Amino acid sequence: MIDFGYTLTRDRQLDYDRGDFRYLKLVKSLEPSMDLCIGCGSCTATCSAAGFTNFNIRRLHTVIRRGDPESIKAELKKCMFCGKCQLVCPRGVNLRNLILAMNRAIEILG
Amino acid sequence: MIKFNLFVLPFSLGLIYIVTSIVMHYYRWIKALPAVDKVKLSAGIRTPSKVLASLKEIFLEGLIHRKLWKRNPLLGYMHMSFAFGWFLLIVMGNLESRVYHGAYINAPYYPIFLKFFIHDRLVLFFEIFTVPAFFRFIMDFLLLFVLSGLVLAWIKRKQSKWFGMKQTTMHNFFDRVALSCLWLIFPMRLLAESYTAGYFHGGGGFLTQNLGNLLVMITPGPAELIAYFFWWTYSLVLGLFFIMMPYSRYMHIPSELLLIVFRHCGIQPRKWGSSFSDLEVRSCSRCGVCIDACQLNFAAGINTIQAVYLIRSQREQYIPENIAQTCMLCGRCQEACPVGIKIDSLRLIKRREIGSGQVSDFSYLTNPHPGFADVVYFAGCMSQLTPSIPIAMEGIFKEAGINYLFIDRNGSICCGRPLMLAGKDKQANELIEFNKTLIRQTRAKLLVTSCPICYKVFREEYNLPIRIQHHSQYLLELVKDGKIALQSQHRRVVYHDPCDLGRGGNIYQAPRELLGKISDLEPVEKDRTNALCCGGSLALMGTSMRTKDEVTLDALESLLAGDPDILVTACPLCKKTFSKLSKTEVRDIAELVYDAIPSRKTRIAGTVKDPEVVIS
Repeated sequence: MIDFGYTLTRDRQLDYDRGDFRYLKLVKSLEPSMDLCIGCGSCTATCSAAGFTNFNIRRLHTVIRRGDPESIKAELKKCMFCGKCQLVCPRGVNLRNLILAMNRAIEILG
Repeated sequence: MIKFNLFVLPFSLGLIYIVTSIVMHYYRWIKALPAVDKVKLSAGIRTPSKVLASLKEIFLEGLIHRKLWKRNPLLGYMHMSFAFGWFLLIVMGNLESRVYHGAYINAPYYPIFLKFFIHDRLVLFFEIFTVPAFFRFIMDFLLLFVLSGLVLAWIKRKQSKWFGMKQTTMHNFFDRVALSCLWLIFPMRLLAESYTAGYFHGGGGFLTQNLGNLLVMITPGPAELIAYFFWWTYSLVLGLFFIMMPYSRYMHIPSELLLIVFRHCGIQPRKWGSSFSDLEVRSCSRCGVCIDACQLNFAAGINTIQAVYLIRSQREQYIPENIAQTCMLCGRCQEACPVGIKIDSLRLIKRREIGSGQVSDFSYLTNPHPGFADVVYFAGCMSQLTPSIPIAMEGIFKEAGINYLFIDRNGSICCGRPLMLAGKDKQANELIEFNKTLIRQTRAKLLVTSCPICYKVFREEYNLPIRIQHHSQYLLELVKDGKIALQSQHRRVVYHDPCDLGRGGNIYQAPRELLGKISDLEPVEKDRTNALCCGGSLALMGTSMRTKDEVTLDALESLLAGDPDILVTACPLCKKTFSKLSKTEVRDIAELVYDAIPSRKTRIAGTVKDPEVVIS
């Protein structure tokens, strides 16, 4: 391919009809406080792991909501579980358990 | 002459059953011990001092129930009357039976049902001072002693508050049957002995003889048959109690004896469970002391997950996940437990089973050389949310002229304990190895941390060849060495013991001594081993944040009862949790120490408060 000095970005459109919402359903049942999230990103700003790598809890949350769990499987392993996120969450989302629930969902649903 | 009657059979069968069962259980527990623990056990039982210490504890805890006496005298007396009274009844009954039976070996039922076989009359006045009379007196006295405990046990069902217990355990079917049997044993014995003594006009002591005379007088019908009926009932409830014992909570009686021996031999619970933990599970008497100790119970109204229920479900081979996960692992129940069961380790074993399946990937961590120093300062993740703590610590380091290194200034790598609390030990070990390398590279002699959570895991899991101190210890040492001079601010403060520093790290005195130098320390109602958890515990999973807030508010109410100027703690997580809901100022001990240095050269505007100022 000819190098034009730029590339096309990957198509990031999500088709809601094809989304895999089994994960969302399971995670929600394991940690209902997930629904309180307003997406402010405080968790991500304070995250210990995010200090070293591009780990992003808010993104995980958004992606699982949109029914695209594939992309988070590798990401989720980066969490150190220190629990700072839930201390700064202004909405009182039980974030540590949310991560645990996501892990659990992947364990159960593959 | 062989003394035998058919009614002794239920008791004898029950006795054979329970003895066989105990022997089999003991054999299984000892056989299943890991090899290292077996060596410890065999060495321990050959060491006279350890055997003596075990016997002493068995006597004090198993018979006298010293810990329950300390908790509540009525509760202690109730248990002592049952355990010690019954024990003495057996011993004295055996001795008494020797008087009548010349042989060295008796049938086991003979002493138990002695009064059925022996009922000679006391005829002459001087016989009152004879050996049989002495035994009659002592046996009746002991029976009365046990019965007094029984009356208390009945009262306790209705009025547990008098016994220092707000809530008691919800029992299951087997426990109820065994309990009913236990409660019937001694009244049946009393009635059987009394009727026999009354019928034969002799053979009883001050209690059974007089009661017997009365009963025979007032009850119509043949006294001999009534007595025989009660002997049968007595034997039946004894036999049934013995048969129910291995399936009920009363298995704790033989189990605890072995547990005490194990403990004195230095056997510890293992991470993945061992027969020591199985034994601990069996040693739980389901007394329910842990229910009252649990903050989730009295502050948040959760009363199904306490240690007693965890252990019972473990014994039934199935622990529901919410019981394992809903716990702050604060250790209050462990301190309160009269058997001394390591409840936190039992809960963590279950968490490891749940959490170990998931993997982590920490390959993103890089390892730049941190530099060299005499003292490594590890603030911990949580201290990053309370920047005033590392600021104060750095100020003090500079003031004291210490060659220090703030190793996690630019973002902490977690110490690993939060992962462990979720049962992910393997993943935690990756972080531990990483931090270990980092700390070793500095060639420091001392590691100081501001976070009790880190402190606990540094000491227990890191195997570092250097000294490890929490900052409250370190600062006290600096003051004692004259490195920093402090001037008291004379503010009224109360000190909150963080769980992992107090019960977890056994550091109670250092922070108090330090606070005594710089402020007017006031006592609080629940402190030291009985201190409350702030509610922010990282171990609590699967509950809403509201539950945590309820625990925090309850703890604050207790701590701030005396309306102090400042609530002082020594843990960034406690500080963060309390600050959210406290109307009183919450500060860390390091901040107070820094404020109390009158000559400090590193001036900062005003006092050290959350993130306003940073020392350049």
